[in-house]
Amino acid sequence: MERQVVQRAREAYLSGRTRPLEFRLQQLHALQRMITEKETEISTALKQDINRSQYDTPLLELVGIENEIKLAIEKLAEWAAPRSVERNLLTISDEVYVQPEPLGVVLIIGAWNYPWAVTLQPLVGAIAAGNAAVVKPSELSEYSSLLLRALLPRYLDKDLYPVVTGGVSETQELLRLRFDHVFYTGSSTVGKLVMEAAARHLTPVTLELGGKSPCYIDKNCDIRIACRRITWGKFVNCGQTCIAPDYILCEPCIQGQVVECIRQTLLEFYGADPKCSPDYGRIINQRHFSRVMSLMEGYTPVVGGQSDASQCYIAPTVLKDVPPHSRLMQEEIFGPLLPIVTVSDMDDAIRFINEREKPLAMYIFCSDKKATKRMIEETTSGGVTVNDVMMHYTLSSLPFGGVGQSGMGCYHGKHTFDQLSHHRACLVRSLGMESVNLARYPPQDRRRARRVRMALKSPLIDMSKRTFIWAVTATVIGFGLFITLLVILLIAAGLNCTCWYWRGFYNYF
Amino acid sequence: METQSQVVDRLRSAFHSGITIPEQFRRTQLTKLMSMIKDNEEQILNALHKDLAKPKFEAILSEVDIVINDLHYAIANFRSWMQPEYVSKNLATKLDDCFIRREPLGVVLIIGAWNYPLQLLILPMVGAIAAGNCVVIKPSEVSAATDSLIAELIPKYLSQDCYAVVRGGAEETKALLQNRFDHIFYTGSQTVARSILQAASVHLTPVTLELGGKCPCFIYGRVNIAAAAHRLVWAKFFNAGQSCVAPDYVLCSPATKDVLVPALREALEDFYGKEPETCPDLSRIVSPRHWMRLMELLKRSSGKIVVGGESNQEDKYIAPTVVVDVFEDDALMKEEIFGPILPIITVDSLEKGIDFINRQEKPLALYVFSDESSVINTVLERTSSGGFCSNDGIVHMTLPGLPFGGVGASGWGSYHGRWSFEAFSHRRACMMRGWALERINSLRYPPYRDDKLSWLRWTTSAKSSCSLM
Repeated sequence: MERQVVQRAREAYLSGRTRPLEFRLQQLHALQRMITEKETEISTALKQDINRSQYDTPLLELVGIENEIKLAIEKLAEWAAPRSVERNLLTISDEVYVQPEPLGVVLIIGAWNYPWAVTLQPLVGAIAAGNAAVVKPSELSEYSSLLLRALLPRYLDKDLYPVVTGGVSETQELLRLRFDHVFYTGSSTVGKLVMEAAARHLTPVTLELGGKSPCYIDKNCDIRIACRRITWGKFVNCGQTCIAPDYILCEPCIQGQVVECIRQTLLEFYGADPKCSPDYGRIINQRHFSRVMSLMEGYTPVVGGQSDASQCYIAPTVLKDVPPHSRLMQEEIFGPLLPIVTVSDMDDAIRFINEREKPLAMYIFCSDKKATKRMIEETTSGGVTVNDVMMHYTLSSLPFGGVGQSGMGCYHGKHTFDQLSHHRACLVRSLGMESVNLARYPPQDRRRARRVRMALKSPLIDMSKRTFIWAVTATVIGFGLFITLLVILLIAAGLNCTCWYWRGFYNYF
Repeated sequence: METQSQVVDRLRSAFHSGITIPEQFRRTQLTKLMSMIKDNEEQILNALHKDLAKPKFEAILSEVDIVINDLHYAIANFRSWMQPEYVSKNLATKLDDCFIRREPLGVVLIIGAWNYPLQLLILPMVGAIAAGNCVVIKPSEVSAATDSLIAELIPKYLSQDCYAVVRGGAEETKALLQNRFDHIFYTGSQTVARSILQAASVHLTPVTLELGGKCPCFIYGRVNIAAAAHRLVWAKFFNAGQSCVAPDYVLCSPATKDVLVPALREALEDFYGKEPETCPDLSRIVSPRHWMRLMELLKRSSGKIVVGGESNQEDKYIAPTVVVDVFEDDALMKEEIFGPILPIITVDSLEKGIDFINRQEKPLALYVFSDESSVINTVLERTSSGGFCSNDGIVHMTLPGLPFGGVGASGWGSYHGRWSFEAFSHRRACMMRGWALERINSLRYPPYRDDKLSWLRWTTSAKSSCSLM
């Protein structure tokens, strides 16, 4: 069944109808309409899937998708146009450019935590780049998955952008087939399997994975504001965000203050009993509920800790003095537990972070710009936000992606378009000027060789510092000489002129 | 004698020490690499001649010069490539510092090939060094003389803590791949690429794969056949056809074929004389095994040899050969030829030619010879390939501004010039916010309200980077 769907998508792609920009724009407009017209249905589905509040949905998912669509529509012509590059002497009269082209049929595998954002944002780029795309939403966000399957064919081309629903076996079936690119969002464990499956067909992949995103709070910063921002980022979507601050690193002297600030902020956000707040989410299912609860075993939280298995509810929870070797610190939490690990200073924090796998995101709260810069330089991560959390995700001009275990490739805005395109190097020559070419043919001798080497030399213009200084000096001297010449001429011929002028002037009076 | 794992561990510690990060260190290493090539040009040319009977001219153009050009380009420009790239912002981030940092990946592995043993190893290495990585290079054992020369020279010129040469055959490479790298750069065949990708997936290591394929050469419409033949012959028989971007086969109409064959014959005589075997400007096949493979292909082909066909097993020599009456199911069309054999396939129309090309795997390069720009544009628009060049062959890869790489079965990723630097870098998105404007931030905090939402949508929308600000 999957095979037929993919076959149809490929045939539709090969028909060539995704090539004209008008078609792609039309599809993007249709997708925009779908989001606008069906916002209520989407919110309802998300409420049923993950108890997402009706405000969080547009904020966290729909606004992002809309912005991506608007940007793609506005910039498509520019993105799809040939991109000129510099030439050498041999190719000086030729057309040399990079032409972005579609790859073919792309497979997009979504995740359950932001089911709409992580399937539709890549889809926007896939459509804009002229590909066909098979969309496989996560079965764990069941209502969203079924809604997507119902809606997408009503707005978009049915053959080019089919939705395939199902679980693990359907995904495995899909991965046995050949795609031109696989775009996967999810866990590192499954990411490895996706890459391995794609390897059989030499299919390139984009993997948006996860990891433990550290959050360092410097003792000399505004802890109140820092904690408020961290609390928001951590507990939105009940902690089930790939770029949520996973754990806090801070010095022991401020730990108490951090706990208190978070406690206060939680009261402000969700009230005394978050279970009753319409703005607080739930864990996606029993399995993940048990997983997150078991991470806490043996530790007494200082904030929260309550739970209700029947609702998959876990209260916003903070744990302090967490040892680095605890289970909490071994795997990505992906839930509303916030451990605090103490470090002796910023260097200790840097060491701690570097001992672990490269995370998807890193957060640094610090008022000292120099120290912040140093921390950024001495660590690595997919992305970094300083003095806030998650915001680097919201700017589409920044590439969003991981490094190492947190992923490969990136997307958002133009980056999605580029990721799902092939950048074809094009050299358009003519058969004229054959005499210039003669130098490179055999039989060879020194003189010919020298000519060819000259023709192929790069860079064409010598950009070295020495030449630059010479160029500037020569220009200044030349200009100076020119001015001198002008002045001399003016003095020689112009003195009379000025005399006449003044004489005329006085005559007037 | 260090084991492979020890080498990798040593390089990893060197990387963690931060020694490869400063610009000065990278500049020194790149300059030393340039000296290495320049000081030892004679030895390099000799080694290449030993491995492939590579004529001095070809070796200089395709191995020495291309690397030196790229080194000049990298040394002149890598400083600007290293700088943070500031990006456009929206209203919510107007007061923030938003930029992309290029960061090294760590310890990268570069696996070379035997057809251009120096170029395919050193060109990616330039990018890897410029990007601040530690590099393990694994030259191809098939080009044995160059392999030992590189193993001897690299430690003499470059920092031994940060750059290491690992030698060996298939077994050693397999073992090497068990180690964890932060990027693997492989040039070679599709079969081996699959196993490399499998090994890379275990550690979630990103890869760049420069593979091959059958690069079609379409000759159609009005065309200056003499000039086309000369360029085609140059591109095809350079390095005795052992180039990943050599035109693999020709597609043309029967009428064109009739004028093409004598033109090819003439061009071949112009280049290599009446006795190509004695001409010093023609390379040899790299090994007896590859020679056998090519002779087998010729034998199993049902086409007719109209030019060349002579061979000499002892010398690993195969004459520049042109075969006609070849069809899609011929032995010569089953795999990448990678040798001095040029099959000509006739098609009746442009459409049929394009369909033929599209039935095959996406090639690394696609060539069109024609004086009619409509023909060129049609082929360009209706096909896909790693790179494209009209009215010439191979030269598109000499431009450092153009990304060199494949698509589909011909590869993943690209390099040359700045693209090499990017291939070995991580682009880290950085956003540095301030403490002020907490009131605007509070729009996103619970408890949620409708009006908060409208404000937020406005400040984060793409269009709100308006000219008023």
